[in-house]
Amino acid sequence: MAMAAEEIARLIKESFPDAEIRIEDLAGDGDHYAASIVSEAFRGKTRVQQHQMVYAALKGRMGGALHALALKTAAP
Amino acid sequence: MSQQDIQDWIGKQVAASDVVLFMKGTKTMPQCGFSMQVAQILGHLGVDFKDINVLDDMSVREGIKAYSNWPTIPQLYIKGEFIGGCDIVREMFQAGELQEILTAKGVAHNAQTQTA
Repeated sequence: MAMAAEEIARLIKESFPDAEIRIEDLAGDGDHYAASIVSEAFRGKTRVQQHQMVYAALKGRMGGALHALALKTAAP
Repeated sequence: MSQQDIQDWIGKQVAASDVVLFMKGTKTMPQCGFSMQVAQILGHLGVDFKDINVLDDMSVREGIKAYSNWPTIPQLYIKGEFIGGCDIVREMFQAGELQEILTAKGVAHNAQTQTA
């Protein structure tokens, strides 16, 4: 199973409309991505909380359809 | 075991050892690159940790995701607190924050602060 980068970006954008998103397909196989996301929503949150918010935005696909998504999150 | 039994069992594991890593494979034979990275970081810091191989038990593999509300493995716990997965642990290690947490929580480790 794999997922297109555009689909990942769309789901993230849905939950974080202000987000600046950069997605890199690490292996070119549609299965190993790195995403960096900058959103005001992350301000004051711990890294674990920030990543949990992104995983929630991906609606259960992480660990399923999406095997590897290296995350880097930050507030602007 | 029921779902609740699994959650209780996980709770006991993270309470029984100062540092617990739920991983794919073991610290000597990791079965996944992400699990290996975290095991290597802990090894590099000279941290004594308990490894739990989630591939041994499907109910633990699924149960740990519910326990921490975290969808992936590896998962690192220090003194019962969920610290993060591979990305967060690596980022914290590189920033020296992992070492700070170990010190703050009184877990023995090497004094080194920089990258492997």
